Amino acid sequence: MDITGLTNGLDGIPVLGLVFQLAGYLIHVIPPNGPNIMQQATPLALAAICGVLCERSGVVNIGIEGTMLAAAFTAWVVGVAIQPFFGAPNPSDIFGITLPLLIALAAAVGVAMAISALHAWLSISLRADQIISGTIINIAAAGLTGYLNQLISQNSPAGAGEFARFVPPAALTNLPVIGWILAMLLSQGPISISVIVLVVGTQVWLFRSRWGLRTRAVGEHPRAAETVGIDVIRVRYRNVILGGVFAGLAGAFLSIEATNSFQQNMTAGRGFIALAAMIMGRWTPIGSFGAALLFATFLQLGQLINIAPPSGQLGSIMGSVPPQLFDALPYILTIVILAGVVGRSTPPAADGQPYEREAAS
Amino acid sequence: MTGRPAPSGPARARRPFLTRAWAVLAVPIVVTFLSLLLGAVIILASELIVTGRKFDPMLWFTAYSALLQGAYGGGDAIIQTLVYTTPLVLGGLAVAFGFKAGLFNIGAQGQFLVGALGAVVVGVALADAPAPLAIVAATVAGIVAGGLWGFIPGFLKAVSGAHEVVSTIMLNYVAVQLLAALVSGPLKVPKSPSPVTYDVGNAAFPIFLGDTGHIGIILAILAAVLVWWLLFRTTWGFEIRSVGANPDAARYAGMRPKLLTVATMTFSGGLAGLAGTSVLLGVSHSMTSSFGTTVGFDSIAVALLARSNPLGVLPAALLFGSMRAGAGLMQINAGIPVELVDVLQATILLFLVASPVLRRVLRLRGVQAGITESGQTTALGVKPAD
Amino acid sequence: MTDETGPSLAPALEMRGITKRYPGVVANDGINLQVRPGEIHALLGENGAGKTTLMNVLYGLATPDEGEILLDGKVVTISGPADAIARGINMVHQHFMLVPVLTVAENILLGDETMANRIFLDRREARRRIIELGRRFGFEIDPDAKVGSLSVGWQQRVEILKALYRNARILVLDEPTAVLTPQETDEIFGVLRRLAGEGHSIVFISHKLYEVLEIADRITVIRRGRVVGERLPNATDEEDLATLMVGREVQLTVDRGESHPAEVVLQVTGLEVRDDRGQAAVKGVDLDVRAGEIFGIAGVAGNGQDELVEAIVGLRKSTAGRISLAGQDVTGHSPRAMNEDAVAFVPADRHRFGLILSFPLADNLVLTSYYRSPYARGIVRDPKAILRDAAVAIERYDIRTPSATVRVSTLSGGNQQKAVVAREFDRDLKLLVLDQPTRGLDVGSIEFIHRQVIAKRDAGAAVLLVSAELDEVLEMSDRIGVMYGGKIVAVLDGRTADKNEVGLLMATGGEERSAATAAVTA
Repeated sequence: MDITGLTNGLDGIPVLGLVFQLAGYLIHVIPPNGPNIMQQATPLALAAICGVLCERSGVVNIGIEGTMLAAAFTAWVVGVAIQPFFGAPNPSDIFGITLPLLIALAAAVGVAMAISALHAWLSISLRADQIISGTIINIAAAGLTGYLNQLISQNSPAGAGEFARFVPPAALTNLPVIGWILAMLLSQGPISISVIVLVVGTQVWLFRSRWGLRTRAVGEHPRAAETVGIDVIRVRYRNVILGGVFAGLAGAFLSIEATNSFQQNMTAGRGFIALAAMIMGRWTPIGSFGAALLFATFLQLGQLINIAPPSGQLGSIMGSVPPQLFDALPYILTIVILAGVVGRSTPPAADGQPYEREAAS
Repeated sequence: MTGRPAPSGPARARRPFLTRAWAVLAVPIVVTFLSLLLGAVIILASELIVTGRKFDPMLWFTAYSALLQGAYGGGDAIIQTLVYTTPLVLGGLAVAFGFKAGLFNIGAQGQFLVGALGAVVVGVALADAPAPLAIVAATVAGIVAGGLWGFIPGFLKAVSGAHEVVSTIMLNYVAVQLLAALVSGPLKVPKSPSPVTYDVGNAAFPIFLGDTGHIGIILAILAAVLVWWLLFRTTWGFEIRSVGANPDAARYAGMRPKLLTVATMTFSGGLAGLAGTSVLLGVSHSMTSSFGTTVGFDSIAVALLARSNPLGVLPAALLFGSMRAGAGLMQINAGIPVELVDVLQATILLFLVASPVLRRVLRLRGVQAGITESGQTTALGVKPAD
Repeated sequence: MTDETGPSLAPALEMRGITKRYPGVVANDGINLQVRPGEIHALLGENGAGKTTLMNVLYGLATPDEGEILLDGKVVTISGPADAIARGINMVHQHFMLVPVLTVAENILLGDETMANRIFLDRREARRRIIELGRRFGFEIDPDAKVGSLSVGWQQRVEILKALYRNARILVLDEPTAVLTPQETDEIFGVLRRLAGEGHSIVFISHKLYEVLEIADRITVIRRGRVVGERLPNATDEEDLATLMVGREVQLTVDRGESHPAEVVLQVTGLEVRDDRGQAAVKGVDLDVRAGEIFGIAGVAGNGQDELVEAIVGLRKSTAGRISLAGQDVTGHSPRAMNEDAVAFVPADRHRFGLILSFPLADNLVLTSYYRSPYARGIVRDPKAILRDAAVAIERYDIRTPSATVRVSTLSGGNQQKAVVAREFDRDLKLLVLDQPTRGLDVGSIEFIHRQVIAKRDAGAAVLLVSAELDEVLEMSDRIGVMYGGKIVAVLDGRTADKNEVGLLMATGGEERSAATAAVTA
């Protein structure tokens, strides 16, 4: 990489001009790519909600990555396994739903819940170190899916296909100003389109319902919750397992909605980026969704810059940077945001701490 | 052995040696055995359900004996096993050292890659220099590069409280992209059809054992002893363990947790960088864009199995090194994908973390189950030290 | 058990022969307790006597090994807190069981939610009931205030409201006055009498003799897990209760002897310090402590005391002002520099600051000197020297331990604190800073530590003592500074200071009575 050439070039360019060029480029590419950004944001937002549910009740879950991976694999492999029994696919008009796809989705969610239950058992009942428990889930998921994928791919089987995207009426998407936002949210498959509902739902649920109140109390001060008769252990189990539903949806999204295939380690760190989104969103579903959209925009830009680079001086500068560095951009951004935001973002007080029921004295 | 200075003489209970040895080794041994058992079940089940080949009830035996033969069938195989074990020792030490300071360095993978990158840059540059100079310079470059990659999350944690688990994982991905960018860019051999660097020439580790046994093996053993001595015999190690066990008390005692956090992550990264260096200078001698994929994660397993004890890292690394070394023959003889080793590794860890239950079921006594010194996770995003 | 007043009423609560064993300890050994309707029944005993265990049994947090519990004469089994609450038993814990980030209303609702439907809370109705209930007992409370922003006195009221919201018939209060000023204590006592007047039964757990004599209708004294006596307040006095509680005659006040103050050792001028959240906690403190005197700081917890001592010993940066030690400016010096300047510090939270629980006792004894000769040469530690000196310290400070290499977490609280004291006291000191040095300890350990502190003073050390226990400050100090709102609002002579005067200063800072206090008495 020729650093001197890069800075020499900069000397001749007014920085302000570059900023305008960048802004122009963003305005030019982001609205048409809205649906793609939402595609990137979907697994992040769902995984972040999983994180919110776990951590609000006091359980750190860094096994989300592995849970997603296992769910993605399950959705795909179940599709592979049952497709032969259903004959030629006959997708319905809405979302291209077929019975095998629904079964695959259910299986993915079920597996994710089972893995979450394992994490709950290790970290709540055995009081194992929660980060280690999560890491083991990640290693186990990568290992097992890799092994089975190797075995299965030898026969290069066909999957059950994928969910189709909804096509919103042009009257909506052509609206000025908000049209592209509607297109972004609505021109999606069934999992992605439900994200907005799930985000708002969990937000209301967390701050207005009994379960939400108890969850927050258990995550902040479990002993206090116990003294008013709340079963801390049960609340934590429920939250972690419910969180598994969201991780399962996120995984299934990757293998039967965004694509119709499974690749080794296809989650590519999304489970961890989701945790950063959760922290940036201050442990709230809506905040996490906002952060997920930001990360998604950068993920999408990392690809767009390679596919449709901006013109002019900005483009020539970007062209001189190795394309791999744009691929690394979301990960670098995660670190930067984590370092910048974390000081002002306070986690639940009992987050990550195992709970022992009876006082020792 | 637990994380405290060995009490001398009369203080230590006079139990028979075998009893004490069993107390320490029971869990790892039982856990490994159970994992192999579960592995056999997985082999048979996946044969039955997935592949549709003719079912062979003894396939697990074929697989395991091929694994064993691949790892220990003859002198060359054993040396090869040691070669596989070497980076696992160094990586395991990196992770274990972090654990002792209460830091979870999941970034060993990235530090491994960047360390190898540092070694290849300097190694290629000095390929024609006198061997001792080239070797030392390339090795130091590898350690420094890995250390730098560990310094970043350590610094961020100390300054802003960014949790090292997330930042090190992110840096793993960045390292992969960085490596790809450099190997297919400035470091690439011009006109080569695939992205590959030049050979390190004189900077390559000398072979002292058979055809493949390079001096990295000795380096790894020395490193284990050095890390043990550092942690348990020096004031610096005392400070690191204190910060790991209770950062507030460490600060009260006049130690500087933030500085120690940065130093620990840097040192840990240096060890992981040395692991990468040992593979590059000892085995591959040049770098492709698909360089070394599993060492970083194997290292976590090694450190956990060794319960973060630097000397325990040696046998733990040997176990996983043997599996990696024998996996190739297993795939050839039994048609089992090498990824089975990942599965075995994961089940070992699962059984390990569930070891309180194992102890109850098997009526084992002995050392406590805690894996890290503090045994306490902190929430992602909090800053535990002041 | 002899019932001196006759069986006029069936007891609202009776505990019979309660025995609870923990590994190595019998926490409760055949305890009998009877509480009548409308009675305030005091349970008196020192730390570790088994009061809390007994109440945990009553509250379903611990299962008794033997014995039975009767409510209104009927035997019941209490399976857990939820069950206890359903039966009308409520507890106000010594360490408040409130969630700081939740509002008053959310804290009160928690566990017994008023619902609008099956899923969602009825927050309006809850708010209405809370306000109404508060008014009935004489205070205006804002249901939407965050509990973390309330003073401890108001948090105490939230705890009581929590119990009343659940229609408590039997209310157990565990050391409810530990963190309150005398005036706040009086107010809470007023509320308790009103509750008893309405027919609620109250179990009042305490180790403070005069309080028990003031509030209780009857007193049960327990020691080492057994009931050792039952008394009526008008037929006993403090000496009698103290002897019962401790098992031997005790001096109720330490003999602090004459002090001989010499030159100023610690001088603090215009000191300002921020807390963890960046809020000003110490707002311009001036004080000086002389060699050979004990300067006590009285104050309600959370008025900047912790931040003040942390700044003095170097654990916290000050934002303004000056700290000097024996004439030298030491502002901003590190904890280690202060330590090397012969400043010792016994921190408030020994588990957080004072000790590394997972380390052996010997390592904890050298926690502040591990790097110095003879414990290290260069960077190499010398385990022999460490163990040798540990053996000496164990002997001299009477630390009860099987060996110097056991994990310090296995020792009792009193012995842990003795280990901290051994480490900090065992050298010549210029300045000794003590933050809550006896919190949660038994009488024997308290006496021991108090004697050591006085010995240090008499050896010429300047002593700065911070305690939330006003009694401890009054007993120990040669001079008393009262801290309120981040300032020292008054300095009094330790021998002549009047408890109520100090209490009033603690509560109001010496200005007009605060609005909060006025609201309660209105």
